[in-house]
Amino acid sequence: MSYITGVGLTPYGKHPGRSTLDLMSEAATAALADAQLERRDVDGLLCGYSTTYPHLMLSTVFAEHYGLTPTYAHAMLLGGATGFGMVMLAHHLAEAGVARNILVVAGENRLTGQGRDSAVQALAQVGSPVYEVPLGPIIPAYYGLVASRYMFEFGTTEEDLAELAVLMRRHASMHPGAQFKDRISVADVLASKPIASPLKLLDCCPVSDGGVAFVISRDRTNDFGVRIIGTGQAHTHQHVTAAPSLTQFGAAASAALAQSAAGTNLQDLRYLAIYDSFTITLTILLEELGLAPRGQAGQRAREGYFNQDGELPLNTHGGLLSYGHCGAGGAMAHLVETHLQMTGRAGPRQVRDAAVALLHGDGGVLSSHVSLVLEAVR
Amino acid sequence: MMSTRMEVLDWTRGEEGIAYQTCPACAGLWYFLRTFCPCCGRQNPESRQSGGTGTVHAVTLVTRAPGDELRPYAPYLIALVDADEGFRLMAHGDKNLQIGDRVRARFATLAGRLMPYFERIAEQ
Repeated sequence: MSYITGVGLTPYGKHPGRSTLDLMSEAATAALADAQLERRDVDGLLCGYSTTYPHLMLSTVFAEHYGLTPTYAHAMLLGGATGFGMVMLAHHLAEAGVARNILVVAGENRLTGQGRDSAVQALAQVGSPVYEVPLGPIIPAYYGLVASRYMFEFGTTEEDLAELAVLMRRHASMHPGAQFKDRISVADVLASKPIASPLKLLDCCPVSDGGVAFVISRDRTNDFGVRIIGTGQAHTHQHVTAAPSLTQFGAAASAALAQSAAGTNLQDLRYLAIYDSFTITLTILLEELGLAPRGQAGQRAREGYFNQDGELPLNTHGGLLSYGHCGAGGAMAHLVETHLQMTGRAGPRQVRDAAVALLHGDGGVLSSHVSLVLEAVR
Repeated sequence: MMSTRMEVLDWTRGEEGIAYQTCPACAGLWYFLRTFCPCCGRQNPESRQSGGTGTVHAVTLVTRAPGDELRPYAPYLIALVDADEGFRLMAHGDKNLQIGDRVRARFATLAGRLMPYFERIAEQ
């Protein structure tokens, strides 16, 4: 049993002059305050990585900086899946009695802390240094390859992909912390600058500065009742060249493990928080997870299925595509929003019912999958 | 096809050829060079030379190059090609390549690096 007892999130976008440790600290302070805990209550620390502050021991660097002396510390590197990977680990650490209150934190000045080319090149290193990177792909190119095949197999169109960018922007327009809040249309997405076909600028998440943290505890520390009831992972490959398929990834297997542990199924879900680094990522994950039939995620979005007042509200903060993406912390904002929804604190974005939520993250090129099932309890 | 490692040309070492590996024990077949079979673990797999023909599995036209070196070549097409021997590789290719096209590799030098470059095989 474990509870998410507090969450903290900075706006994503530009934080000029703020370092990785600054952004992690700000988020950690917000999360501890939310959990009604002090630094001395934290006995477990999990943190992500930072491309602007690569360090062998980021967890203890942060512990020293922030003033923590945990009895368990660990920095995780699992690309975009890091945030939910840390949640899964924290859940098991709490259940095993290794730690009582685990601070999970990530942050990075990825946007203002380095040049544009440095960011693009650092990220492209998830590719094979021998067989892929020398060919000059960028992250969107790996996903562009996947998109071309997926669209070929299932008839998804560029308009279908664009619907998901439009949806994420509409949601972000209601969150003051989102990096991009101006509404966009399908035509805007289609007319945006080509990056790596079929993906255009507005099919791609931005690079952001930001920090995010939560506290995962063995026992409740306040009135919030958000429980982690199932977790799962699946890892099928690292490099897109070595992927066993460009239409079947590890998402379904990972979610099946989480749902099985939780004792839930698709019909129980009321809220979705799904990784959306690109419109094709969100399309594939929604469809592989069974949340839309193959080839129909865009149509479902167009029909309002994933709206705040739709059948299954999705990423009501705007997702990576519009709230922003600061690396290890990127998808952790999805969990913060889920927590706000489950505790009735989402303000104008509040959904009717978020009693059970499925969260899914992926890292690499749909390589590493982590799924979480959360439940709101009284 | 019982070539030894030394005779097999490999573009990743600057040679005009595409190498792959097979396992004599389990018939596993793969692209990324290893000293063991990733399927059964047997040591000393065989390295083989691909004939350089295959079928396009996926394509993307890259407009945004990752840095100054490749920027003059953009937009360029990157493809995943299913080689006829049964492995998949990433390579450059003609901008008009489409999924399902039958292709043959030549070798091109971009930004000082040799790499496989696929062209559509002309219809008979």
